[in-house]
Amino acid sequence: MITAERKPLEEIIEYIRPFQKILLIGCNECVTVCSAGGRKEVGVLSSLLQMSFLKQGKNLQIREHTLERQCDPEYVEELVSMVDGVDAILSMACGCGVQEICRRFKNKPVFPAVNTKFMGASERQGVWAERCQGCGNCLLGVTGGICPIARCSKQLMNGPCGGSTSGKCEISPDVDCAWQLIWDRLKALGMEDRYEEIIPAKDWRPGRAAGPRKIIREDLAE
Amino acid sequence: MMEDFEPVIIAFCCHYCAYTAADMAGSQRRCYPANVRIIRVPCSGKVDVIHILKAFENGADGVYVAGCLEGDCHFKNGNIRAARRVAYARKLMESVGIEGERLEMVNLSAGMGDRFAEIAGRITEKIRKMGPNPIRNTIRPVA
Repeated sequence: MITAERKPLEEIIEYIRPFQKILLIGCNECVTVCSAGGRKEVGVLSSLLQMSFLKQGKNLQIREHTLERQCDPEYVEELVSMVDGVDAILSMACGCGVQEICRRFKNKPVFPAVNTKFMGASERQGVWAERCQGCGNCLLGVTGGICPIARCSKQLMNGPCGGSTSGKCEISPDVDCAWQLIWDRLKALGMEDRYEEIIPAKDWRPGRAAGPRKIIREDLAE
Repeated sequence: MMEDFEPVIIAFCCHYCAYTAADMAGSQRRCYPANVRIIRVPCSGKVDVIHILKAFENGADGVYVAGCLEGDCHFKNGNIRAARRVAYARKLMESVGIEGERLEMVNLSAGMGDRFAEIAGRITEKIRKMGPNPIRNTIRPVA
């Protein structure tokens, strides 16, 4: 999932201070799962903003709504009837959702209420960790299912480096050495010979290095 | 003005312990302040941050979540989760300038009618001294 964290309240307050009527929109997808911008977080933020402004004697009008998905135009269309009556839109979706709202509603100021962080997985209740950097050319098939790009601090294609100690990375004892994980897993699977294969220098063009990316499925695209 | 102040306090009480303790307080003819308004919940772990914030947003001067004694939750660890949410909600309240001390987590067993009355009295007095919820004057008064 795409993970996110709510922005500091002061920053959000500064964005919406000039406005009276706000549409606060959440997203039922990734940001709901990582507890950053789903219906519940929309309710909490709305209540906090309301109290913050009430304390300053201002009665903010906030309308709350959570879309099935903010990054798809079909769902964003649902907002048409709500947008007319508001001065600004505050979105709790990831950056993709915020930009989709901006694209659809060109005449309304739109502000983000979360910081989009990374593509990750849930390690345990309340903890999310980075797992994928969207490099565009997946290596997991040769690295035992553990990504050295997302999980090695140096993004080494052939590791580990000298900074690996007792299975941990030199940047922090809380960070696993990805190459230790890769070795342990290949060994457990009896696939140590994979480790002997030298991975050549990576072509980063399928990643972000060749500019903004786009996928076009000709059978689907109109 | 402050002398006339009667705080509104919301107590989220778990069905298995705290609510039963409130019932016990009644059976024992123990008095506790009428300021406390009890909301029965199936478990203190059912209480979410949004319930707490909405209480303050609607003008409550104090809120407490009352669960079973630690280790005795009917649903194993609902009261532990409630305590963590209360701690988190306190931080959120501080971030908008509402004192975190207005919110408390308390634990008691079903037989502690005395303790229920004592807690209700203590928290009411504490909130009375703190004065009204800072946003109370700008919203419609609670009933």
